[in-house]
Amino acid sequence: MGDRSVSDRLKDFEEVDMGLSQEEAIEEASRCLQCKKPGCVDGCPVNIDIPAFIALIANGDFIGAASSIREQNLLPAICGRVCPQETQCEELCILGKKETPIRIGQLERFAADQERNKGLTVPARKPKTGKRVAVIGSGPAGIVAAGELAKDGHDVVLFESLHTPGGVLTYGIPSFRLPKDVVKAEIDLILAMGVDLKLNHLVGRTVSPDELEGFDAVLLGTGAGLPYFMGIPGENLSGVYSANEFLTRVNLMHAERFPEYDTPIARLSRVVVVGGGNVAMDAARTARRMGAKVTLVYRRREEDLPARAAEVHHAKEEGVEIFTCANPVKILGEQSVTGIECIRMKMCQLDNGGRPVPEPVEGDTFTLDCDIVILAIGQGPNPVLVSQIKGVEKGRAGNVVTGEDGRTSHPKIFAAGDVTTGAATVILAMGGAKQAARSITAMFGN
Amino acid sequence: MYIIEKSLKLSENVYEIWVNAPHVTRNAKAGQFVIIRTDEKGERIPLTISCISGDLVRIIFMAVGKTTHALAAIPAGGSISDIAGPLGTPSEIKQYGTCVLVGGGVGIASTPVIAKALKEAGNRVIGILGARNANFLILEDEMAEICDELLIATDDGSKGHHGFAADLLKKKIDEEQVNAVWIIGPTIMMKVTSNATRDKGIKTFVSLNPIMVDGTGMCGSCRCVVGGKTKFACVDGPEFDAHEVDFDNLMQRQRYYMEHEKEALSTWQEHQCTCGRHE
Ligand SMILES: Cc1cc2nc3c(=O)[nH]c(=O)nc-3n(C[C@H](O)[C@H](O)[C@H](O)COP(=O)(O)OP(=O)(O)OC[C@H]3O[C@@H](n4cnc5c(N)ncnc54)[C@H](O)[C@@H]3O)c2cc1C
Ligand SMILES: Cc1cc2nc3c(=O)[nH]c(=O)nc-3n(C[C@H](O)[C@H](O)[C@H](O)COP(=O)(O)OP(=O)(O)OC[C@H]3O[C@@H](n4cnc5c(N)ncnc54)[C@H](O)[C@@H]3O)c2cc1C
Ligand code: SF4
Ligand code: SF4
Ligand code: FES
Ligand SMILES: [Mg+2]
Repeated sequence: MGDRSVSDRLKDFEEVDMGLSQEEAIEEASRCLQCKKPGCVDGCPVNIDIPAFIALIANGDFIGAASSIREQNLLPAICGRVCPQETQCEELCILGKKETPIRIGQLERFAADQERNKGLTVPARKPKTGKRVAVIGSGPAGIVAAGELAKDGHDVVLFESLHTPGGVLTYGIPSFRLPKDVVKAEIDLILAMGVDLKLNHLVGRTVSPDELEGFDAVLLGTGAGLPYFMGIPGENLSGVYSANEFLTRVNLMHAERFPEYDTPIARLSRVVVVGGGNVAMDAARTARRMGAKVTLVYRRREEDLPARAAEVHHAKEEGVEIFTCANPVKILGEQSVTGIECIRMKMCQLDNGGRPVPEPVEGDTFTLDCDIVILAIGQGPNPVLVSQIKGVEKGRAGNVVTGEDGRTSHPKIFAAGDVTTGAATVILAMGGAKQAARSITAMFGN
Repeated sequence: MYIIEKSLKLSENVYEIWVNAPHVTRNAKAGQFVIIRTDEKGERIPLTISCISGDLVRIIFMAVGKTTHALAAIPAGGSISDIAGPLGTPSEIKQYGTCVLVGGGVGIASTPVIAKALKEAGNRVIGILGARNANFLILEDEMAEICDELLIATDDGSKGHHGFAADLLKKKIDEEQVNAVWIIGPTIMMKVTSNATRDKGIKTFVSLNPIMVDGTGMCGSCRCVVGGKTKFACVDGPEFDAHEVDFDNLMQRQRYYMEHEKEALSTWQEHQCTCGRHE
């Protein structure tokens, strides 16, 4: 069905991509070659049996397709929407070599949406084991771990510091990419397995690390929510937001509907977003929907933008101006922001990741007028809990070090998601969570 | 849902509520705060934990805008949708010797818990309470009970010293050896009062109140400049070394949503009984 028109979608926060109709889904599914050695499956971090569910869609058994996906992925409607498919399952689809790959993400989303519209059924649990597990953080890592552990029959307490579960799915990714009713339905299904969700609990403060010792196992899924700042002059002026703050005010607190909702947000007219990832695109597109003129400043070239190509395309369609090879050096203003001074960057030799190293061109600066600056330059692991937990090895960025199996250096503590990898993806967080949950069950000897 | 077990008015615009929140009371320590949300459309606002009794958290607050007015309007037995906490790093409690706690206005609310903790750590504790006039003075009896000595200042001289709490602090540190000072009140009062201890190099804490959203260290709304470095008050604070704080930056950031705040309050007052959110 494609994307809604730009003029329509700038008026609201409703989903941009309308997904596939039944006819489109069947047609797309019928293109699949049902490979004996499917590359697509290798590209999926949770190894969904892609040909199997696609065959079911081709036969019109949409609910069967959804059940098949659920064996590997507890959040299919979410992953179908936000997975970077083009670099995962779809990149390795054989059809991509000659023509266009199968739109696997769209088909996954389609099956999950059909299933949700019919009504979801709560997965069965194994008999109770009597083991108690604390899962900390209710982002994709925590939610999936809680679900898997509950399925295995353990008693799961899921701690979340905010008043709504979901982590970045709730407070970060905007509803025009990931509708909140979709998130809620998938999370509610997992909670319905008997997970004891404790909101408003910041572990490390509400619950002490010592109290965690009372559980048979602990799984850390606290994410990478600590926003980085640049350390440039003017950064603490009013009108400078981290992308996390800006997106949280809108997605979690509904500041776009002030004063119906109480949380305020600046009245935006000219916004500069700094950064080039998905977070930057989300902030820029959110600001566009609030009526602002938006310029995005990125220090490398356009082809180096880390955001998904589709998001860059959507942002441009929606009128976000992208300024590449430039980096802020100073934010201007007396009381609040009036502009941002940037320096042009030249691209030098490639770094290990194959991206050019940007270096400032001395003296070549320019100023953009603006009243809001949104910094989307990255996030690190939230230190509140991790810094207090003893006996767990940490990496340089403050991340928790784990093996493939989700084990930390502490025998009872496991970890998954962004807290282990640094800011990554939903599906990697889920994959890690499944693995860690499996290791916990194995440790209990079931 | 969390039940407000008691709600009373302490003075013009100052209210005391007791919220049933065992998850908060279990580990709460001096100097920490909670974040509350009154209802589904509400904002998240930080309020200091001013006393703990069993499962109940006492909060003392001034009705200044939409959320605090709405909170004051909830009768005993009513509820709020969320209370998260305890949040923030607790006060640095240890044996200092003689400690002075200066509370200004509704900032007095924060002082009893800290005074008690300092007392228990073996300190001599002197309280100095400042208010606009005698009617705005809160927790006087409670502080008198905890402290070894309690001094009062009112702007109009209706009780105690006629003048500012800062005057009494200056006098005190001239008279005797003071080892640590807490100053908690309006930002301008903390800025001015902390100058009294600067030259003498007396360890002085202030409790900063920047605008917060999550209160868990994930947004940076609460960032303050302390010793030239950016700190997140909700996790690194709210208490910081007074002599290192950039108060002007804090005051400038606190004012950012003034227009919104006026609009929120007037909209609420207009709709108070018809919008269905406030029976
Ligand atoms: C704006 C934005 C857009 C993104 N877009 C995409 C995308 O399109 N596709 C994609 O795959 N990925 C995307 N990502 C990345 C993806 O969202 C993350 O990789 C993923 O959410 C990580 O999951 P997690 O469960 O590890 O952590 P989070 O989602 O961060 O969840 C952590 C949870 O733990 C809670 N918590 C933290 N500390 C504590 C504590 N001490 N006690 C209790 N609770 C605690 C937090 O409140 C939070 O709810 C995006 C990220 C952002 C910010
Ligand atoms: C750690 C901390 C502890 C606090 N403890 C107390 C207390 O014990 N008693 C008390 O009366 N007040 C306390 N405050 C201040 C209290 O949070 C504000 O008065 C309250 O948020 C005002 O909300 P409002 O909607 O009623 O008023 P508004 O009209 O919205 O705001 C009035 C003023 O309050 C401040 N403010 C507004 N929103 C916020 C917010 N989300 N976070 C922080 N400040 C905000 C701003 O400076 C604003 O100008 C504390 C603040 C902090 C940061
Ligand atoms: S979960 Fe992600 S990678 Fe796996 S099949 Fe779905 S869209 Fe592809
Ligand atoms: S690689 Fe492509 S064509 Fe082959 S099974 Fe997977 S989706 Fe179908
Ligand atoms: S209030 Fe968000 S980081 Fe402190
Ligand atoms: Mg308010």
